[in-house]
Amino acid sequence: MSAYVRRAWIVVWKDVLSERRSKESLNALVFFSLLLLFVFQFALGPDRARVETALPGLLWLAFILAGLLAFGRTFLVERENDCWEGLVLAPGDRSAIYLGKLAGNVLLMAVVEAALLILFALFFGLDFTAALPALVLVLALGTLGLAAVGTLYGALTAQLRARELLFPVLLLPAVVPVLLGAVTATQSVLAGQPLAEAMPWLTLLAAADVVYLVVGMLTFEFVLEG
Amino acid sequence: MIATGLDARRGPMRPLPASDLMVQAEHLRKTYGPTRVLDDVSLALGPGEGLTLLGPNGTGKTTLLRILATLQRPTAGTLRIGGVDALKEPEAVRGVVDMVGHGTWVYEDLTAIENLRFWTTLGGHDAARPRLRAALESVELDTVADQRARTFSAGMKRRLALARVLLGRGRLLLLDEPFTGLDRAGRKWLGEFLMAFKAQGGALIVATHSFDAGVGVADRVAILAGGRVVLDRPAAELGLDDLRRLYDELAAGPGTAP
Repeated sequence: MSAYVRRAWIVVWKDVLSERRSKESLNALVFFSLLLLFVFQFALGPDRARVETALPGLLWLAFILAGLLAFGRTFLVERENDCWEGLVLAPGDRSAIYLGKLAGNVLLMAVVEAALLILFALFFGLDFTAALPALVLVLALGTLGLAAVGTLYGALTAQLRARELLFPVLLLPAVVPVLLGAVTATQSVLAGQPLAEAMPWLTLLAAADVVYLVVGMLTFEFVLEG
Repeated sequence: MIATGLDARRGPMRPLPASDLMVQAEHLRKTYGPTRVLDDVSLALGPGEGLTLLGPNGTGKTTLLRILATLQRPTAGTLRIGGVDALKEPEAVRGVVDMVGHGTWVYEDLTAIENLRFWTTLGGHDAARPRLRAALESVELDTVADQRARTFSAGMKRRLALARVLLGRGRLLLLDEPFTGLDRAGRKWLGEFLMAFKAQGGALIVATHSFDAGVGVADRVAILAGGRVVLDRPAAELGLDDLRRLYDELAAGPGTAP
């Protein structure tokens, strides 16, 4: 394993282990997701047709709101005991730290998204089985894009006093292309259309992911230095 | 008796271009708006030398250490670490600087050995479990190696931070109040560790309020007051009583020296 991969891996390992033990983010996100589902249930009522029409938007609304909570916390743990200083002083390419943090966020979001899908299915009596393989592809591409920007902005705002305010203000406009592509592709996939129909949106998502990922890797060093 | 374990645990020190001086800081100034924290501070330190920085609270000791560690940039002045311009090429010197500041860089939800594994791997060093265990043994934390750091006292976290230093390959060690939170045995161990570090050619800067412990590991003693170095003398020339008197005269009001 190259030194770069080892450094990225140790960051994922540390974040996943810390989260598995503290469950701080996971507990908050699952509880938050449940609340959202209750709100959606009250807002939409039992009309199944309305639910199915709004479902792609609702899903991604839930994901982005959960992401706002999760990504904003990514670097807060580094403030404790000045661990941030250690990251700044660590020799080597900083983008490995960014990729490690990003992978940790993607894993966390994957768990939350799986939980949300199950909850949506239970609350609204939906069956995602047929659309699941294509849906997983859309979720993976969309989540990577959200997490790539979220991780970078999480680092950018972690040292700021007004971070809770600034983080969503910065993040939401930046992820518009991802949300647009993800919601439309999800709509197509859930409507049972062939994957080729959603291909332009999947291409947009993939392109956005690459751009966000490259920008994150190139700029993270400066963000970390503050 | 606590073994420092320095010879056994540390890898070879990271190479730097040949230079007679490990630290060469000239006319460093740091201002925050109208507040001048450091004012025309110049320091030179050779390999194998130890400098203890004394001074009242708020005189810029921590800021100076952070600048030397490349965590902060000075407003003016020059800084060379091992002959490399640390302001132009901070990346080039970071592998050779180790620091234990006010924060211990300890992750509360990881165990002691997991903390060491993380920092050692991130620093590109050998993170083999026996090596990590040996470092913990050196700081007498081997019995709590698998306990979460959240359960540790402040002194134990400081020992864990020193175990991290033990596993690194830094040639310049910067310590901010390292004796705080350590018991008598811990202070003795730390003193021995720092002397062994110097004997291997490492340079050492310790900012402390602890006169006896700080002077015990120093070749030179500097007093910082009002952001300026008001005294910089060989430790051998200064007895503790002399130092306390000078400190009272130069840095603080009478009776404030510990």
